[in-house]
Amino acid sequence: MAPHEHYDHVLHEIFVDLTIIGVIFLILTVYLLFAYKRKNAGDVGKQPKLSTQAMLGWLIIPSALFLADDLFLFAKAWDLHDNYRKVPKDAYEIKVTGQTWSWSYEYPNGVTTTNELVVPQGQPVLLRMTSNDVIHSHYMNKFRVTEDVVPGRVTYEWFMPNELGESVVTCREYCGMLHSGMYGTVKVVSPADFESWMAAQASAAAPAAEQPTAAAQPAAPATATTL
Amino acid sequence: MAQPKTVKEWVFSCDHKILGIWYLIGSIAAFAVAGLMAMLIRIELGSLGPTLTEDPNVYNLWLTMHGAVMILGFQIPALLGFFANWAVPIMIGAKDMAFPRVNALSVWLFWSGVLLALSNYVIPDSFNGMWTGYPPYSESEMAGNTALYTMIVVVLGMSSVFGAVNLACTVAFMRAKGMGWFQMNVLTWAVFTSNIIQLIFIPVLAASVLLLTLDKYLGFGFYDPTKGGDVLLYQNLFWFYSHPAVYVILLPFLGVCFEIVATFSRNQIFNYKVLIWAIIAFIPVGGDVWIHHVFVAGMPNWLRQLQSFTTLLISIPFGLMIMSLVGTFYKGSIEFRTPLHWVIGVLFMILIGGLTGIPNALASIDYGLSDSYAIMSHFHYVMAMSGTMAIFGGVYYYLPKLTGRYYNEVMGKISCWLFFIGMNVTMAPLYLIGLDGMSRRYYDYQQFPQFEATQHLATYGVYIAAAGILIMLVSWIHCAVAGAKAPANPWGSKSLEFTHTEVIPGPGNFLEPPVLPAGWTPYNYDKA
Repeated sequence: MAPHEHYDHVLHEIFVDLTIIGVIFLILTVYLLFAYKRKNAGDVGKQPKLSTQAMLGWLIIPSALFLADDLFLFAKAWDLHDNYRKVPKDAYEIKVTGQTWSWSYEYPNGVTTTNELVVPQGQPVLLRMTSNDVIHSHYMNKFRVTEDVVPGRVTYEWFMPNELGESVVTCREYCGMLHSGMYGTVKVVSPADFESWMAAQASAAAPAAEQPTAAAQPAAPATATTL
Repeated sequence: MAQPKTVKEWVFSCDHKILGIWYLIGSIAAFAVAGLMAMLIRIELGSLGPTLTEDPNVYNLWLTMHGAVMILGFQIPALLGFFANWAVPIMIGAKDMAFPRVNALSVWLFWSGVLLALSNYVIPDSFNGMWTGYPPYSESEMAGNTALYTMIVVVLGMSSVFGAVNLACTVAFMRAKGMGWFQMNVLTWAVFTSNIIQLIFIPVLAASVLLLTLDKYLGFGFYDPTKGGDVLLYQNLFWFYSHPAVYVILLPFLGVCFEIVATFSRNQIFNYKVLIWAIIAFIPVGGDVWIHHVFVAGMPNWLRQLQSFTTLLISIPFGLMIMSLVGTFYKGSIEFRTPLHWVIGVLFMILIGGLTGIPNALASIDYGLSDSYAIMSHFHYVMAMSGTMAIFGGVYYYLPKLTGRYYNEVMGKISCWLFFIGMNVTMAPLYLIGLDGMSRRYYDYQQFPQFEATQHLATYGVYIAAAGILIMLVSWIHCAVAGAKAPANPWGSKSLEFTHTEVIPGPGNFLEPPVLPAGWTPYNYDKA
């Protein structure tokens, strides 16, 4: 399953779980508020003092229930985490550079684009990312994935473009004045369209000699700490 | 005995209650400023394109000021300044704080910090790096005056540290004869624990921002990768304090809720001892969770997984606290006065806020939610709105002791429910568009035109909430000048600040030092 589909599935299960807890809590609270409304002005509460066993019971049983639910959700999320962070062997690698305030993409053959990520349908894509200036965060709303783009580091994320269409890529880490204007599109096209798009890009780039790409060297050697 | 009469007596007082009132006035003023920023932000976002300002940096200044002032100028000073200063020494039967003059210094530092923060509105290069001040952005010229930001954080931090030392010593050494550790009010415990958290973690925050200043102005390069530094060092240092700071706010505001619930249910606290240990557990468990703020910032995968789990563990002490709070209603005799209305609002807000926090704790879910409106809405529910409602409920609770007069119940309840409805109208829809991809800290959202209707709706909420706040302020002024006279113990509480003091406690708090009988607790309603 593609990570973003897996994500929607897990998030749905988590929300069902949380709704059940929330409704139980809500009913209990509302019941107590109505059941023990003050009847006469001089009334006082009559809650009995808990015995040691009862006290420990009210500590251990709820703690065990909370912990069990934590473990249940954690197990669900663990599986999803593996899906997000283990990149398929055949992934198509694109270099991403963030700068104030645009995204640059560099394809394996040297073709570069700005604010436009075009990928072939059905091909897992690995983005290897760094930043030229401040911290940015590469977020694709359709693919439910965010990873910070940090100067001096190389981070990564991968996604599975399994449906044709366009979606949005934005910056999610505050990066100054035009932070909200730092966005572009992710276009998923058929493999044949991708080939012809790439050929057009390559021929357009060829006359313009060898330029240094926007994805310039970070000043310090980048360390791949996360792979 | 009475309140001080002259301006000089008010300004140069070392009495903990007067200083508490100074904290209250300062924090309400800060709330007004930061609340106004919230309104400007919402109006700006109410429609696509420029609405109030065409300069994104002006908007970014509003956003920076809203976050910083609400947390550092309103919530922490209201809880650990006003409630802790005014109520805790009386609750434990002390005649004042351990170090009254240090206490005065804390207030003066707090006011200095607030004035420094406000100077952002008049200086030409105001700081716009958000309250988090992440480098390298905050080290660049674009961010404005980073030194001022550092100064504000350090001055407010010093105020907090002095206050924390003072209160912790007061609680540890100045309790009334006969009051053991497990006979203290829940609010006292919550404040004491928050003080310990502050003493451990604030110095790290101060260090993190001081290094930032050294970096920017003297070129040290702790956070600069081109000089061998690491930008993630800042994030780790910053959140090492700033996540525990959430509990510095959470514990006292729940403490206030406990006092109100016990008093208006005239009931003992459900499972008191376990509750106290749960509060203490926030020190280690709360101190450990900061890495979830750095989940998507390039941390190793194993650490993301490990910290997902340790972050989830906070649900255990938190769950036990909420159980005790709701359990206190059991077999109680509940009177629905204004302070309790605010607390019922808190219960609902914290239910939504607490539950929506669980997905954020999981790194893999955070890949979709990080820095989205879902996060923004979550912490507004759990911290901003719950905390604010608890603070205002608590102020209503203590108004008769501050002024000697009752407030107007109708105005109090209307203000509560307007605020409650308004904030839900604002934040609930924003949570939903956050799940759909709306990111936070945006001046505009041209790439998401489909969210405009929701943003527009959310803006109405803030008007409703503001109407509630206006009515609340009017009701407070009305109470102070024209409220009906209140007796010394208007709610029939068993806690010392009501049972052993005059209508308005004077200097020294008690006519004679309280001595407590064996087995006394602040919640012994079933005893005569």
